[in-house]
Amino acid sequence: MADPIRWARYRWQRLISTEGREGSSSNSSNKCYQSSKTTGKHRIVIPCLGHFKEEYEKVSKLYMNNQIRTTKYTLLNFLPRNLFEQFHRVANLYFLFLVVLNWVPLVEAFQKEITMLPLVVVLTIIAVKDGLEDYSKYKMDKQINNLLTKVYSRKEKKYIDECWKNVNVGDFIRLSRNEIIPADMVLLYSSDLDGICYIETAGLDGETNLKQRQVVRGYSEQVSEIDPEKFSSRIECESPNNDLSRFQGFVEHSNKDRVGLSKENLLLRGCTVRNTEAVVGIVVYAGHETKAMLNNSGPHYKRSKLERKVNTDILWCVLLLILMCLTGAIGHGIWLSRYSEIPFFNIPEPDGKSIPPTLAGFNMFWTMIILLQVLIPVSLYVSIEIVKLGQIYLIQNDIDFYHEKTDSTIQCRALNIAEDLGQIQYIFSDKTGTLTENKMVFRRCSIAGQEYCHEENAKRLESYQEMDSEDEDSADHQCGSLTHRSKWRGHDCRAVNKPLNRRSLNQLSGSYPALVREDGEGDVPHSGHVAFSSPIETDVVPDTQLLEKFSQISSRSYQQSEEAGRKLSLETTYITDFFLALAICNTVVVSVPNQPRQKMRQSSLGRMPIKSLEEIRQMFQRLSVRRLSSSPLPSVKESSSESPNSFVSKLSIFRMKLASPALDGAAQRAAECHSTDSPEDSQVPQELDTVNVAAGCEHNSAVSSIELSPLPKLCYEAESPDEAALVHAARAYKCILQSRTPDQVTVDFAGLGSLTFQLLHILPFDSVRKRMSVVVRHPISNKVLVYTKGADSVMMDLLRTASEVGTNNSEMEQKKIKERTQKHLDDYARRGLRTLCIAKKVMSDAEYAEWLNHHFLAETSIDNREALLLESAVRLETELTLLGATGIEDRLQEGVPDTIQALRKAGIKIWMLTGDKRETAVNIAYACKLLEPDDRIFTLKSQSRDACALVMSKILEGIQKNTSASKKTSRKLGSVSPSPSTRAPGFSAGLVIDGRTLEHVLHDSLQNIFLELTEKCRAVVCCQATPLQKSIVVRLVRNKLKAMTLAVGDGANDVSMIQVADTGVGISGQEGMQAVMASDFAISQFRHLKKLLLVHGHWCYTRLTNMVLYFFYKNVAYLPSPFWITLLDAFYQSLVCFFVPYFTYCGSDIDIFSFGNPINTAALFIILFHLLIECKSVTWIHTVVIVGSILLYFVFTLAFGATCKTHNPPSNPYWIMEKHMTDPVFYLVCLLTTCVALLPRYLLRVLQGTLFLSPVLRAKHLDRLTPKEQREAIKRWEDDCIVNCRVEFQATSGSSSSATGAVSEEESIASVLPTSKAPLQACSRHGLVEDTSFLPDIQDESGTTNGLNSEKNIFLNSAKETNSDTFGSNNSCAKVSMCASEEGSGAVSLAHKAGLNSVLCEEDALMHFTKSECCLKPKSSNC
Amino acid sequence: MKNKTSSLPQEGEARPSRCPDNSAFKQQKLPAWKPQLTIAAVLSSFFLTGVFCLSVGVCLIISANSVREIQIDYSDKCSDCSKLRENSSNWNKECHCSVNFMLKEDMLGDVFMYYGLQNFYQNHRRYVISRSDAQLLGRNVNIQKSYCAPFTTYRNGTPMAPCGAIANSMFNDTIDLFYNLNSSVIQVPLLKTGNSWWTDKNVKFRNPKSYNLSSAFAGTARPPYWQKPVYLLDEEDERNNGYVNDDFIIWMRVSAFATFRNLYRRVRRIRQFADGLPAGNYTFHISYNFPVTKFKGRKHVILSTVVWSGGSNPFLGIAYVVSGTAATLTGFVITVIHLKLRKKKTFFQK
Repeated sequence: MADPIRWARYRWQRLISTEGREGSSSNSSNKCYQSSKTTGKHRIVIPCLGHFKEEYEKVSKLYMNNQIRTTKYTLLNFLPRNLFEQFHRVANLYFLFLVVLNWVPLVEAFQKEITMLPLVVVLTIIAVKDGLEDYSKYKMDKQINNLLTKVYSRKEKKYIDECWKNVNVGDFIRLSRNEIIPADMVLLYSSDLDGICYIETAGLDGETNLKQRQVVRGYSEQVSEIDPEKFSSRIECESPNNDLSRFQGFVEHSNKDRVGLSKENLLLRGCTVRNTEAVVGIVVYAGHETKAMLNNSGPHYKRSKLERKVNTDILWCVLLLILMCLTGAIGHGIWLSRYSEIPFFNIPEPDGKSIPPTLAGFNMFWTMIILLQVLIPVSLYVSIEIVKLGQIYLIQNDIDFYHEKTDSTIQCRALNIAEDLGQIQYIFSDKTGTLTENKMVFRRCSIAGQEYCHEENAKRLESYQEMDSEDEDSADHQCGSLTHRSKWRGHDCRAVNKPLNRRSLNQLSGSYPALVREDGEGDVPHSGHVAFSSPIETDVVPDTQLLEKFSQISSRSYQQSEEAGRKLSLETTYITDFFLALAICNTVVVSVPNQPRQKMRQSSLGRMPIKSLEEIRQMFQRLSVRRLSSSPLPSVKESSSESPNSFVSKLSIFRMKLASPALDGAAQRAAECHSTDSPEDSQVPQELDTVNVAAGCEHNSAVSSIELSPLPKLCYEAESPDEAALVHAARAYKCILQSRTPDQVTVDFAGLGSLTFQLLHILPFDSVRKRMSVVVRHPISNKVLVYTKGADSVMMDLLRTASEVGTNNSEMEQKKIKERTQKHLDDYARRGLRTLCIAKKVMSDAEYAEWLNHHFLAETSIDNREALLLESAVRLETELTLLGATGIEDRLQEGVPDTIQALRKAGIKIWMLTGDKRETAVNIAYACKLLEPDDRIFTLKSQSRDACALVMSKILEGIQKNTSASKKTSRKLGSVSPSPSTRAPGFSAGLVIDGRTLEHVLHDSLQNIFLELTEKCRAVVCCQATPLQKSIVVRLVRNKLKAMTLAVGDGANDVSMIQVADTGVGISGQEGMQAVMASDFAISQFRHLKKLLLVHGHWCYTRLTNMVLYFFYKNVAYLPSPFWITLLDAFYQSLVCFFVPYFTYCGSDIDIFSFGNPINTAALFIILFHLLIECKSVTWIHTVVIVGSILLYFVFTLAFGATCKTHNPPSNPYWIMEKHMTDPVFYLVCLLTTCVALLPRYLLRVLQGTLFLSPVLRAKHLDRLTPKEQREAIKRWEDDCIVNCRVEFQATSGSSSSATGAVSEEESIASVLPTSKAPLQACSRHGLVEDTSFLPDIQDESGTTNGLNSEKNIFLNSAKETNSDTFGSNNSCAKVSMCASEEGSGAVSLAHKAGLNSVLCEEDALMHFTKSECCLKPKSSNC
Repeated sequence: MKNKTSSLPQEGEARPSRCPDNSAFKQQKLPAWKPQLTIAAVLSSFFLTGVFCLSVGVCLIISANSVREIQIDYSDKCSDCSKLRENSSNWNKECHCSVNFMLKEDMLGDVFMYYGLQNFYQNHRRYVISRSDAQLLGRNVNIQKSYCAPFTTYRNGTPMAPCGAIANSMFNDTIDLFYNLNSSVIQVPLLKTGNSWWTDKNVKFRNPKSYNLSSAFAGTARPPYWQKPVYLLDEEDERNNGYVNDDFIIWMRVSAFATFRNLYRRVRRIRQFADGLPAGNYTFHISYNFPVTKFKGRKHVILSTVVWSGGSNPFLGIAYVVSGTAATLTGFVITVIHLKLRKKKTFFQK
């Protein structure tokens, strides 16, 4: 109760307080945004402290403070602003116009006040809705604004608690662990020794893995916490923008030195500080200018197709209205002109004269417009909106969309396009994370041209699959299926190797439960925190062969056998490098699981490079000596020969790395600090703890026969699942990534012990380069190494080319490796694996130094930085040596093939747009039944546009020939033997196109032929498509084919596609929330699309269309596509409704209001019973509403008739109802009118229900049968379809309508297929088309089911044409029924639900009925 | 789930599961009756409807046929009178005429006398509203604010009582009925009260309160077309004078159609008229005041008996019979369709 008052007071205070400060805290962020923009392209942030005070005031005045206001209205501007917004709607303006019109005395039809009622009611309802929404936003804002944080106070010289809203740009903020960041700030201090702060961005983008943020260079080496008083630098950065992944700027120290800032230095509002005791930062963006707020666009509004359609219908209604009014007006004029004198009943003007007939006619026109205004339903828009809200509510509450593992259900972000879901014709789907789980599982690898197929691992995965199917409901892999896991583990161990001793196995299984329990405890509250780490991904069983080779390396390194075979040693080099690359070349964060979010500290060994020079030398010598004697690696050998020199050079490079001008001194200082305060001490005991606990979990360690060193269980938090998979794979081979800091990476390598690599650079992954690189200094060879991993398409071009032919042995070798690896890669792709190439490069120090210089320049420039960085990266990643390749499996999501088939059968075309390479994409397409084994696959892969055109026209020709041929046979067969039992497999084609060709195809000149081609194909797969291409394709289909499109994706690369499509669906998977943020609907699993589209889409659409039609009907009945039919029916009913009472009372002494009463009453009954006829099912809601409205009508009219003597002048219904209730004729008239009016529609529906069953009706029938009967019925239905289908083809064979399918007899396939091959082969001769005739090795269903499916598909197409559903929802009707028919009992529940159709709209329609009663009464009496 | 203004992860207490309730309403699984509109299911409804309509229709026709009614058009019977009334300046000249007719059969039971008007568009939109219900309730209201314009006040400001076009155009013929028995002429006793609705007479229409009627209407003037002020409508009966005059009340109940009748008198069933009107010769004595030629209209006087189903209009009965027949026929047709289809067994319902 008190809240609204407080809200009011608050609003008032705000208003007063903001009076003076121009707009600085005004709600519209745009305005402020601009105001700060005016200060320049960059923003300058100065600490709000003593010596800067004046300047601070000057600069920071224009910046927003951290108070946020997301509300739209204030208390004062609510009314005008809300009204203003509401009158943006044309419909509301129209009704306003009518109200105003009624105030003109000449044309006044009703009492002025009464006409205003409907409009006022509508406006009030909407205003209340808006107000409530705004109020809840206000409460939320208040809560956020009053959160506390520690801000440095100048007065008290310490950090004090302040509300978020009082934080200003330039404030210093100190945050502790697990605190939420109140504003965007630049990180100046972290308690972490490496100057790192970990943040969790789940609140911002949903990504659950930790992100590292770095202290600004120059501040990272400080010992103690930064003292704000001493901070004398100024920060210059970009103006506020909404790009989360970009932040550019620099810190300018008082001595004019500049240090570049990047997004690595920025802590974003809304994120949480983790793993870091304390951080201090300076606020650069606050409040609405933070990136989080700028990204928060709120729910967006799209106009649905139906809404657009309704608008045209309304235009028709307006036209009809004008026509009717014109008729009335002209008639009135003519009628008046027949009288020479003024008759009594024509009331003269005050001056005694009558107005001329033409003017009277003109007046009459406007009067009629007021009188007949109900033709355009005033409440239609409101009702549509309310019904949509209801639908959204029901969708959100559908338990079938609930995904237990992620505890997430569907989110509807766009509120008003629910019914578009029932209209989708095209689905554009991303592959990774959408169709697949995005759980990467390491499957195979190829090193130095030798493949290791990891059969044991494959077995393990199979056992997982079984487990999945057995134990579907297990909430969590981690704890749900322990027994299964231990079973397979035992099995694996036995299969894998002999060295594994019994004891360790026991230990393994024994310790596991304990660990799990602990894991469970730790993880339940943060369920889903550790991304990409389900056991299916983490546990990799090593390949025996490879393991053997591996163990050789390690053991020989102990045996000091320097003179091993040359070839073998080369291979071992490769293997070592390969796994090092897997372990190093990533951005994985290492942490210890049972202390969640606790960073794993590196061991003391890791501190190597930053000790005093003397120590370094000693250590290095120790190391190099040891390696010298032991390591068989050639590179090491090299280094050993030049050891003294290399040491010097190493030092110089080390210097150079740190030699960024401003930091030189600081680095030295930091080095000294580290050596003095030895922070490792505190960490050691902790590590020991973890070691004990984790012994069992790191079970792979037991596999290694060399030593059973206790290893801590490490948690790898990766940005992408591929990375995690590779690191886990490396770990399986005892190449364990131990820790990672910005400076170094520690890898525990088999028997060699820990190797600490000095990390010189990371060139992160981006979609342009399609690769990432790390630059490290090898601790043994002391060389600068570049490890690169990336997509094979780009990597293969970057390899060292054998320019001097065959001169060098290793070059030859490399070439051979390249060829073999390419073969393996192709093989992997064919198996549907994701492929990555791993390569390395050895750089000389000089080369590196040169590159570093360039790179540094690129890094520090503010403008054009990205392009420069890219260029710099490209310069580094050349002349690589191929090490090998990996194949990672991305498993299909549960239920994907089913869903795709169901959608396909519903007549929806599905395209797959992916960035993956062709083979992978095609195989996933097979796996998810997007392509069937019987399909002809056409692959477009052209170098030029002309070639592309040629190929496409050839393919088209081929398809046409096929379809016409099969059509012919089908026609013949259809007429000869329509036996329903014969199978009818159809000809179908799939199109595969890659990104480069797509570019040609999307050119204007080829668009049409491309679309024509795609229309003939049942599936299209676009591979290697960039995000931009994805969106272009969607837009092309949407605009050119005028089709309703839906795009579904889960990652940032799908965002553009999602935004372009009519309906965007985001999958809230593991890749963050960007897709979800851009989407209209967010689901957690691809399979949810089935119900969303086929059931909810259908419901929403039919319900809403029915409601809209009912609205039109209802208003016309008193006064027709389905619209016109409805209008016609309504017209008929209105005629009956008027003329039956008319003739009955004709010539009697009935008065005008008594005459209206039976009409009104009859209309009520007609409308209600009409509703009942149209109802698919009747629940208690219907009953209550229908009975209720009848009762309410009588109670109201009786009460009104008894009490109202003068209340409603001039129409006075006094005692009329009472009088009629005693008159038998009244009842007889009402009865007859109702019967006669409804008879045609009733008859029509009865005939339709018997003779022309729509699929929906059939599905309804199914619902009443027992399961056994249902099966039989479905079978008969299918048989029926074939007959129908044939008939259909006979009927339409003349037309050249798109041949979506063709029926042909089994025998005819043989004759059809050879012909289809001919054009293809012709093309492939030119090398333009590849006849991809390979069959996937993914098991498929038997051919019979495929044939059956295609039948259904065909039926659907024909059903679409024949279906005479009045409401034009043919498409969706067919969908539901197919869904029901194919799945038998499982889907019958859906059909059952379908029967419950239109609860909402009917309810709503009825609610509005009583309202319309009031407006209609006077009208009927004026007939 | 809703888009939050700021994305704050909820700390602390374990969040309840987001799993939606598995309730019938939320899952759209409410138990429902699903009417199946197939021929087999609805066949009976057609026949039932047919039978019902036919029987009602027959009853209605029989009862409508028992109504005796005679209607006489007298608009031109008094030719000089109609001419006289064409010119509105002769409004105060009296004009009488008589119309003879013969009843061939007795009219038994209650006999009602109506006057009928043709082409008088009492349902004209602006005519219908041209009244002030508040004034007719006897309240002292400012009729300027009502819909009476332009029949509210005279130029000098005197308000009209009653105001409005309806009252102004009140039917003002007087009709008397005489029975010519042999050579003697007997005036048929007619009741001029009790013809209107009880509620109208006693609730809806009230005279202004005063010690007598003329003083109650002091300060007001009669409507322009009226020959005498409202308080002189019935000088004999105080309770039938002023606004509560039955003729006035009935006129004020505006008709729904352009051709209509209004109840004028009832035959008082005494003496030889105790059973109704006996057959024989009758004469209407009409004081012809209401001009109809101006609007190309006609005037009738109607004598009629009534039954439970209203007057002599046979429409409702015929309509019932026709629709009853139609329903029955449709029933037969769809039966045939049903039987044919059943043999084919194309459907899976049994």
